Amino acid sequence: MLDRDTVNHVAQLAYLALDDEESSEMRLQLAQILDLFESLSLLQTDQVEPTARVIPLELPLRDDEVKPSLSQDQVLQNAPRIEDGHIVVPAVLTDS
Amino acid sequence: MDANSFRTVIGLEVHVQLNTESKMFCSCSSGYADSEPNTLVCPVCLGMPGVLPVVNRIAVENTLLTGLALGCQIASESKFDRKNYAYPDLMKWYQISQYDMPLCGRGSLKISLDDRDKQIGITRVHLEEDTAKMIHGESKVGHKISLIDANRSGVPLMEIVSDPDMTSPEEARAYLTTLRNILLYLDVSTANMQDGAFRCDANISVWPVGIDTGDVKVEIKNMNSFRAVFKALAFEEERQSEVWVKTGQPPEQETRGWVEASGETVSQRSKEYAHDYRYFPEPDLPPLKVTDQLISSLRNAMPELPDSIYKRLIEHCELRSSDALQLIDDRPLLLFFDEAVNEYAQPQRLANWMLNNFVQELRDSETDLASNPVTPQRFVELLQLEDDGHINSKMTAELLRRMVTSGKSAKELVAETGGQITDDDELQKMVAKIIKDNPQAVADFRAGKKQAAGFLVGQVMKATKGRANPGMVNKRIGKELGL
Amino acid sequence: MTAHEASGLLRNREISSVELTEAVLERIGQVEPNLGAHISVTSDLAMKQANAADLAIQEGVVHSLCGIPIGLKDVLSTADVETTCGSRMLEGFVPPFDATVVGKLRGIGAVFTGKLNLDEFAMGSSTENSAFHVTKNPWDLTRVPGGSSGGSAAAVASYECMVSLGSDTGGSIRQPASFCGVVGVKPTYGRVSRFGLVAFASSLDQIGPIARDVEDAAILLEAISGGDSNDSTSLHVEVPNYCEVLGRSIEGLRVGVPVEYFGSGLDDDVKELVLKAIDQLADLGAEVVDVSLPHTEYALATYYLLAPAEASANLARYNGVKYGYSNLESVDVSDMMASSRARGFGEEVKRRIMLGTYALSAGYYDSYYLKAQKVRTLIRSDFDEVFQNVDLLAAPVSPSVAFSLGDRIDDPYEMYMSDAMTIPASMAGIAGLSVPCGFAEGLPVGLQMLGPALSEPTLLQAAYAYEQEAKILFKAPSLDV
Repeated sequence: MLDRDTVNHVAQLAYLALDDEESSEMRLQLAQILDLFESLSLLQTDQVEPTARVIPLELPLRDDEVKPSLSQDQVLQNAPRIEDGHIVVPAVLTDS
Repeated sequence: MDANSFRTVIGLEVHVQLNTESKMFCSCSSGYADSEPNTLVCPVCLGMPGVLPVVNRIAVENTLLTGLALGCQIASESKFDRKNYAYPDLMKWYQISQYDMPLCGRGSLKISLDDRDKQIGITRVHLEEDTAKMIHGESKVGHKISLIDANRSGVPLMEIVSDPDMTSPEEARAYLTTLRNILLYLDVSTANMQDGAFRCDANISVWPVGIDTGDVKVEIKNMNSFRAVFKALAFEEERQSEVWVKTGQPPEQETRGWVEASGETVSQRSKEYAHDYRYFPEPDLPPLKVTDQLISSLRNAMPELPDSIYKRLIEHCELRSSDALQLIDDRPLLLFFDEAVNEYAQPQRLANWMLNNFVQELRDSETDLASNPVTPQRFVELLQLEDDGHINSKMTAELLRRMVTSGKSAKELVAETGGQITDDDELQKMVAKIIKDNPQAVADFRAGKKQAAGFLVGQVMKATKGRANPGMVNKRIGKELGL
Repeated sequence: MTAHEASGLLRNREISSVELTEAVLERIGQVEPNLGAHISVTSDLAMKQANAADLAIQEGVVHSLCGIPIGLKDVLSTADVETTCGSRMLEGFVPPFDATVVGKLRGIGAVFTGKLNLDEFAMGSSTENSAFHVTKNPWDLTRVPGGSSGGSAAAVASYECMVSLGSDTGGSIRQPASFCGVVGVKPTYGRVSRFGLVAFASSLDQIGPIARDVEDAAILLEAISGGDSNDSTSLHVEVPNYCEVLGRSIEGLRVGVPVEYFGSGLDDDVKELVLKAIDQLADLGAEVVDVSLPHTEYALATYYLLAPAEASANLARYNGVKYGYSNLESVDVSDMMASSRARGFGEEVKRRIMLGTYALSAGYYDSYYLKAQKVRTLIRSDFDEVFQNVDLLAAPVSPSVAFSLGDRIDDPYEMYMSDAMTIPASMAGIAGLSVPCGFAEGLPVGLQMLGPALSEPTLLQAAYAYEQEAKILFKAPSLDV
């Protein structure tokens, strides 16, 4: 069973600020969905290879050639906060 | 427990920016030094919605080349994974990296310390992408802010992880310099630590002798030079021993940062960034097959590496060991030497002139090998002029200085000012004149002050601006003085 | 009128693209207030493109989609046009680049009439999860159009565009196509470039056409298919002429009927229509045989582990830093990012991010994520095995007709169940489509056909043969309220 601490830990990992009400509703809904997953544990899969990608493909490699980038204006066009050609966020605490 | 009864275990993680033209997963230029912020950015390296990565072939090849140079097992099949962590300088909030199938597996690196060789195990070498650059400052209205420049985002980064095989800061330093040299000779990176092209994090544990070394380890970050790595490890060795002495317990497992100004490591308690990277296979990139064909073509293209260069310089060129090492540590200088020695049969003499006078001249005139006008051919020509007696060694030094500053060849300069004076008659006249002009010195000599002869020789050399053949002048002065 | 009919008229200069586009825009103006299929209508762009198309048509040989009004699911990146993914998070976001498919259509002179509504980030089965508004089913405005490409299906069904593009991760093209009575194709994974398709679950997502008949779907599929150097998972396999096979006999085609798709959850009306359609395929000469896909029942659980896991990483980038919604009041960087995400994402998106993060987190990876990847292998093998013996499969798309608005929105579990019949094919990466096969309770029902990887020609051939035989005359929904 999914406990409150686990939900809060996962929310923290996922960077989702949930208030108490959201968190407990989320807990109930996730618990229900997780029940659905229990059916999988019935399947014997020890000898089965996992599938990460459906179509067998080889990785194509790109030649090391430079192509034009966006303009600085285009890069910053959608940024919520900008200053001096940079994207800005509230200060990130540094250790030094 | 006394301070001498400890042993130290050190492992190093080195991140190397590969010197490709374009980035790891997109075609933006990776040459971000001196660029205007956010001008080498496209939707892919900005992590815009809907973008997909495409792998840079040269980044893969350079990583394989490094793996081969370190004797690593090369994976026949490798893959990329997503490493999830939330930090503002990571554009997608996951880094495309490699988890359980790196391009290169186990290998080793030989280091030499006090004429003793030691093999340091290499755990793995894998490929990933760099993050954006963040600088911290204040906004125009005085808020504390961090500024993000995405030009560095997506530059290819190769991670080389060592086994915890090093037992002292000295060994760690030797490992880093040896590794750095190999990367330079492979020409896969500028490996410049100040520019961030070569970064090192260290794991260090100190254990009392007699206790099995366990898992507890301290990770040290923020070391921006080889010197910093050495000093931080030395500091940490002592700090951890003290913890043992005081508490009888191992030091806490933690991440510590090196603070250059105070010369110490300090604990980095990061409250919010819980580390659970949630690696999973990158669905946007199929697995990478490394063919035998590719491996053998890379092997064929493998440049000569420091170890065999050293052997060559010692065995074929018969250089002094210290000179060989000095040349290897300065790759452009070695290339210069190699080119010159092709046309010059006295390698040690060549090395002497290069490592003493030439290096000094370059430093004095604030230039470097690449931008100064002296070519290996001209350098050899200069030495040959002396070998053939056209100039003396004093002139050689003088000419070298003028070659660096004027851009002219030794022959051109000799043609302007004249070569060494070896004509008997001419020298005889000068010696006679100096004897005549310096009666006091002659008298001193006759009175028993033998060093007065040297003074007279010096006067002749001065009068000829150093061009007189010093041996001949010596002989002649002696004769005049009746020796 | 279908796109290929319109294309004929355009080329014979009986109509102009400008006239056609104006008519479509007018239609949008009429029905949109009731239907809500669009997030944005790009009238200016459309008229500009229509003018250019008319010039190109005058100059000579053009693609059959030149001058044709096309709607785009708003999960496809369009240069200089707001691309929202139906999310508050991307409200006002204007990308500087085109998705590969968008670029292809732009290049052949298509006319973009608007960005179509969807469940936020394509997560949902009813288009009720859009942050902006609900899209309604054109056949019954009290019902859902299906999802997540609900806007794309509803717009085509109601003549708000001639054809549209949707995206299918677990059924998001086939299910709304079925609910709205149009044709929807989910191509083989890799057949169509995903570059510029805002990622939900990268190993499952595919872009595909939604159209009023099979021929239009074939034309549009051909136009968007092909390998792409910007998508390392795209297949560099020649694109066949999909129209060429239309009209060929399906005599001798082996059609499998998977028994697991006709179990207890299936509505009788739907079952009857689908079985009747299968009978008609037999009448056309197909050999119909019962087959079994024994791991079908596990597909849903597998999907709801893998897709959210991939989504949790794909949606991590929306953090209020580079673009999109940002909590501007916050002065603490961690709080800014966490609160921007909490406010910018809707409930379903947050639920799936939580689910996926949980499935990948330390201690659960093996029992959830890895386990699901292994079961995925079993599901693939099921299909591999049956396709040894049959050319394609015929089944229902959804267990029921379109359900009522609000019916399942508060019950994620129940909502997920409506994807049970489309998910297995997505998990296997194979090709599939939905073609209308009749009406139950006055609402459309789709026949799902599935084929092995790159079997699009066979699927289209069979669907076309069926469409011609069944003559389910397409009528426009009245849309009267």
